[in-house]
Amino acid sequence: MERGYSPIVIDHFRNPRNVGELADANAQASVTNPVCGDVLKLTLKIVEGHIADAQFKTLGCEAAIAASSLLTEMIKGKGLLEAQTITPEMITTALGGLPKVKLHASALVEEGLKRALDEYARRR
Amino acid sequence: MPMQPTPLIYCDHNATTPLHPEVWTAMRPFLLESFGNPSSLHTEGQQAREAVEEARAHVAQLLGAAPEEIVFTSGGTEADNLAILGAAFARRERGRHIITSGIEHPAVLGSCRFLEEDGFRITRLPVSPAGVFAPDDLARALTDDTILVTLMHANNEIGTIQPIRECAALARSRGVLVHTDAVQSVGKVPTSVDALGVDLLSLSGHKLYGPKGIGALYVRRGVTLASIVTGGPQEEGLRGGTEHVAAIVGLGLAAQFAGRDMPAEMPRVAALRDHLERGVLTAIPDVWANGAEAPRLPTTANLSFQGVDGQSLVVALDLKGVATSTGSACSSGSLEPSHVLIAMGMPAERLRGAVRFSLGRGNTREEVEKLIHILPPIVARLRQHSNGSVRGV
Repeated sequence: MERGYSPIVIDHFRNPRNVGELADANAQASVTNPVCGDVLKLTLKIVEGHIADAQFKTLGCEAAIAASSLLTEMIKGKGLLEAQTITPEMITTALGGLPKVKLHASALVEEGLKRALDEYARRR
Repeated sequence: MPMQPTPLIYCDHNATTPLHPEVWTAMRPFLLESFGNPSSLHTEGQQAREAVEEARAHVAQLLGAAPEEIVFTSGGTEADNLAILGAAFARRERGRHIITSGIEHPAVLGSCRFLEEDGFRITRLPVSPAGVFAPDDLARALTDDTILVTLMHANNEIGTIQPIRECAALARSRGVLVHTDAVQSVGKVPTSVDALGVDLLSLSGHKLYGPKGIGALYVRRGVTLASIVTGGPQEEGLRGGTEHVAAIVGLGLAAQFAGRDMPAEMPRVAALRDHLERGVLTAIPDVWANGAEAPRLPTTANLSFQGVDGQSLVVALDLKGVATSTGSACSSGSLEPSHVLIAMGMPAERLRGAVRFSLGRGNTREEVEKLIHILPPIVARLRQHSNGSVRGV
């Protein structure tokens, strides 16, 4: 553990994957954590029931950035039904664990994903 | 796998300072062979007693006080508690109103809240956007029911120095007791109790290159307090418990060094702080220097980086071996943003990007240059992650 953080969190914080905003997104969500003010904008490109591409922009703590990055990796290539089954706990586990005070990061990105998928479903 | 330790650039001296090596040397015997209890009559005890009293004299000298006016406590927090609770309990028949400010340390705010729940009325003075409270506001707040004014000398988050002399004069002219939390100012700026005009003053060892777990409360001759750590006769009955002799000795020596070195060290660190601030403001766009319009401690630079979360910047700097702190939310166990920055009326987007750099004895020009060099790419990267997540950012 480098300076007390999970190496996976450090890795995603230092080298976040899929930073950006998809120009050809057909699903998106902006979510804010009211408690600590983290903000996530998630953009998805859904093709034939699969998440073909995903990008994020996050203003937040290191856990929020890491969770955002990991989420985009987790969902790329997944079918919509499978993506719907992702929970905050799965994200936390995939991050190698988070201190209790940082669990909101997993909740934030999971909510972003659900909102984006809901919005996509409603529009169809 | 053992990690290569990154060389540390420590910029969090307002949080704590490293022990001065000579202070450790002075303390060590009192943890080992000279272990006597100062209250014991035998030689070992009396040696400890002598060491405690010598340290007391050094602390007193730093404040321009008499040794008998110094009470040792377990730190700044306890000194604040003793001053506020002790004064309130001793004076509760005379009045139930206490005045403090909105930017005090949690030890002061917590003591006041405790009294509020016990039926005391608390007024919290506002501060300007620069983070300074105004004597005029104090004058308006004083009533015949006021028994205590507790106002900090210098703020820990932004370093602003408060008009204590004027406030103390106002309060004392109305017969109201004055306490100042000087934990951040002692050893950095002159803190003569007579020049400030206060009745009570708190200080802390580990802000002065002394040990943690020790502090002192100055109590002006003639001022009566109730004790809050009761039971023992130590400290003239004001603070029971066998003295932490080693820590007291450490505090005494640290106080000596602070007084001796302040004239040379403070301009040196102020120059470093100014260089850091100027360098960062020049190299990085959209940065604010919080509290810079007010008189400040020479050590502190609190900077807000637009479009960046302060917490993530602190972590990113930590990974590069630079230690700082943040008043934005989501830092070490607390999800609350800084009450100090909120009291300054700081807009949320400026508040969330706030990072505190507090310099000290160990910092060098080379370190500051390195910091000016490594900050811009980190800030740019974090801005790139976040840009577009928030409308207008």
